[in-house]
Amino acid sequence: MSKAVIATTSMAGCFGCHMSFLDIDERILDLIELVEFNKSPIDDIKHFTKQCDIGLLEGGCSNSENVEVLKEFRKHCKILVSVGECAIMGGLPAMRNGIPIKECIDEAYLNGPTTKNCNPQRILPNDDELPMLLDRVYPCHEIVKIDYFLPGCAPRADLIWNALYALVTGDELKLPYEVFKYD
Amino acid sequence: MDILLDILAENGYISDEDITSLAAGLDMSSADVEQTVSFYHFFARKPMAKYNVYLNSSAIAVLKGREKIATAFERESGCSFGKVSEDGMISLDDCADIGMADQEPAALINGIVFPNLTAFRVKELVRDMRKGLSVDELRSHGLGDGMNNSEYMKATVTNNIRKKGAVIFSEYQGGSALEKVKADRMSQEQLIDLVKQSGLRGRGGAGFPTAMKWDFCRKAKGEKKYIFCNADEGEPGTFKDRVILTERPRLIFDGMALAGYAVGAEEGILYVRYEYMYMKEYLESILTEMRKEKALGKDASGIKGFNFDIRIQYGAGAYVCGEESALIESAEGKRGEPRDRPPFPVEKGYLGMPTAVNNVETLCSVAKLVTNGVEWFKSLGTGQSTGTKLLSISGDVKYPGVYEVEWGFSINDILEMSGGDPAAVQAVQVGGPSGSCVGPNEFERIVSYEDIATGGAMMVIGEDHDLLQDVVLNFTEFFIDESCGSCSTCRALTVMYKKTLEKVLSGDGRRKDIDAMLSWAPIGKASRCGLGQTAMNPICTSIKNFRYLYEGHIKNANEQYEGGFDIAKAVADSCEVVGRRPNL
Repeated sequence: MSKAVIATTSMAGCFGCHMSFLDIDERILDLIELVEFNKSPIDDIKHFTKQCDIGLLEGGCSNSENVEVLKEFRKHCKILVSVGECAIMGGLPAMRNGIPIKECIDEAYLNGPTTKNCNPQRILPNDDELPMLLDRVYPCHEIVKIDYFLPGCAPRADLIWNALYALVTGDELKLPYEVFKYD
Repeated sequence: MDILLDILAENGYISDEDITSLAAGLDMSSADVEQTVSFYHFFARKPMAKYNVYLNSSAIAVLKGREKIATAFERESGCSFGKVSEDGMISLDDCADIGMADQEPAALINGIVFPNLTAFRVKELVRDMRKGLSVDELRSHGLGDGMNNSEYMKATVTNNIRKKGAVIFSEYQGGSALEKVKADRMSQEQLIDLVKQSGLRGRGGAGFPTAMKWDFCRKAKGEKKYIFCNADEGEPGTFKDRVILTERPRLIFDGMALAGYAVGAEEGILYVRYEYMYMKEYLESILTEMRKEKALGKDASGIKGFNFDIRIQYGAGAYVCGEESALIESAEGKRGEPRDRPPFPVEKGYLGMPTAVNNVETLCSVAKLVTNGVEWFKSLGTGQSTGTKLLSISGDVKYPGVYEVEWGFSINDILEMSGGDPAAVQAVQVGGPSGSCVGPNEFERIVSYEDIATGGAMMVIGEDHDLLQDVVLNFTEFFIDESCGSCSTCRALTVMYKKTLEKVLSGDGRRKDIDAMLSWAPIGKASRCGLGQTAMNPICTSIKNFRYLYEGHIKNANEQYEGGFDIAKAVADSCEVVGRRPNL
């Protein structure tokens, strides 16, 4: 059997879910036997080079680049999994959702503690190369179809491992209480 | 609550200073006062205008041409909704149902109801407001019928009693129920037993046996016990209590006294919704009279050892306060958030004491059945549904109003009574937004506790209205506004329902969205109170009965997924703020 091909990305997230993924510790050796990575920060492949079986998504969509990446993932992956609070519900970044976009931008570039009095020309980044901010942070499933959701902030390594293992092998997902207990 | 209502009446809003001084006076923290104030719709926190217009935006108001009236107000006052006019004279705001579904469009101006508005009437009103006339003078153009016309009320509201039945609207000699208790030397147990034999069930909608509630309350341990009469009727489309309060207040108060006697309470509290503030003086005058007659007070109605008095508690605009434990919280001066149960109010209610909360109509029924006897009462209605029911019929019928009918009628009977044309009726919303939306194929169903239960609201929706947009979406928004926010299953689910319905209406929906909405319903049942548990009903019952309306909006039936995400729209604002052109 050929190895399952996996892609991962972090959009509007903190890489915490990827860190949690690495917490599988020595099982990373099993993982390498089990799967092959394509586009992912883990092997630093920047662009898809082939169709993948599973895409793991960290973070929601805060800007136009996130949306583009997400759509690329949908195009290239058979199964998409929202991993963690931000991908599923927007998470911490979504705290800006109730605040008008102008206030957010002003806070970041004009009035914030690290920018106050440092930007006398009051420049707001507007280069065409830059991604455009969305009106709010969207969870992934509001933009493309998502097949599975792994909750947690971050989801435990065991949960990610068990889910991935079950997906790849077709075995039943092991879901002991400790794995999805959050407090 | 009373202090806040007084401040509101005096100043038109509640200032930061009011909150600080109130907190100091009551030995509470400012945050405690603030959280109560922020809960209620009518507690304005900023200086308002001299005249504050709250125009009803419920579904029935929309069916009855609310938009035209809203435009007229905006045009005449030169101010838009949510704002105060430049001269500081007039403010315009929306509000949820105000209990006038039989005479919409209606508005509250400085707490007083102005029903049956027309564009012309709006012109007159704004002109008179600009002249600085008092709200009393504004309504002097024509008063309603019956007691609405009385000195204490002077209301422009009409009763619209279309059918008088045997229980509520038949003649009643004030005090006679209590005289019966006295003459027969009825004990508490005997009175409860009498109610039990009658088969009387609560008229609020849930249909809990009244005698059982009283018996629990009587047996519960507590230094003091309380009786509440729930006159908060906030369910859009319900207005029967308004008419009972207007025409049969004595029957209510006697019913409360009977309840007080049965459970051993010394205090009864009539909780009335803010929208009926125009009745305050009138209701107080009845109580004053009763005290003079010694029907209240020490040895009330001449029954030795029965000390009972009644006070009136007003709300400040919150639908959820109709839920009994929320109502109790509100009467204690807190946010009207439903409590966790158990313990039930009959064990630990008002101020932690055993409390029985009954609907207006229930208490009236008790007074009548005590006066006229159990057999008489049981001769009315059907097996499990004894007595009569008041219906609040509104919408697309010739004769909207209050109908008192014996239990055991079909929806077709109702349409016939109220002059609705069955051929031109698209749907009937039975029991308000939390009830069911039924179509013509179910019009033969019998309204009773056995089949399709109701708290009394019947909203008739004609063919020419957009059922999903005008009614179902309106109801769903209503639940979002009125959710107290305690349970996430109610707070979040209502918004998800609204967004998904809007997605379907916009044409971006998929079949899956419709099924998804149905599948979420059980999650809502985890909510603490009836609001959250029934908030999905407008959508779920209409999907069940009018699925074709939903499917009609689905453009691409084969496509599995469509998020409805529009990136051009999503980046427009941020591009404008930073000054760039979107390059998509």
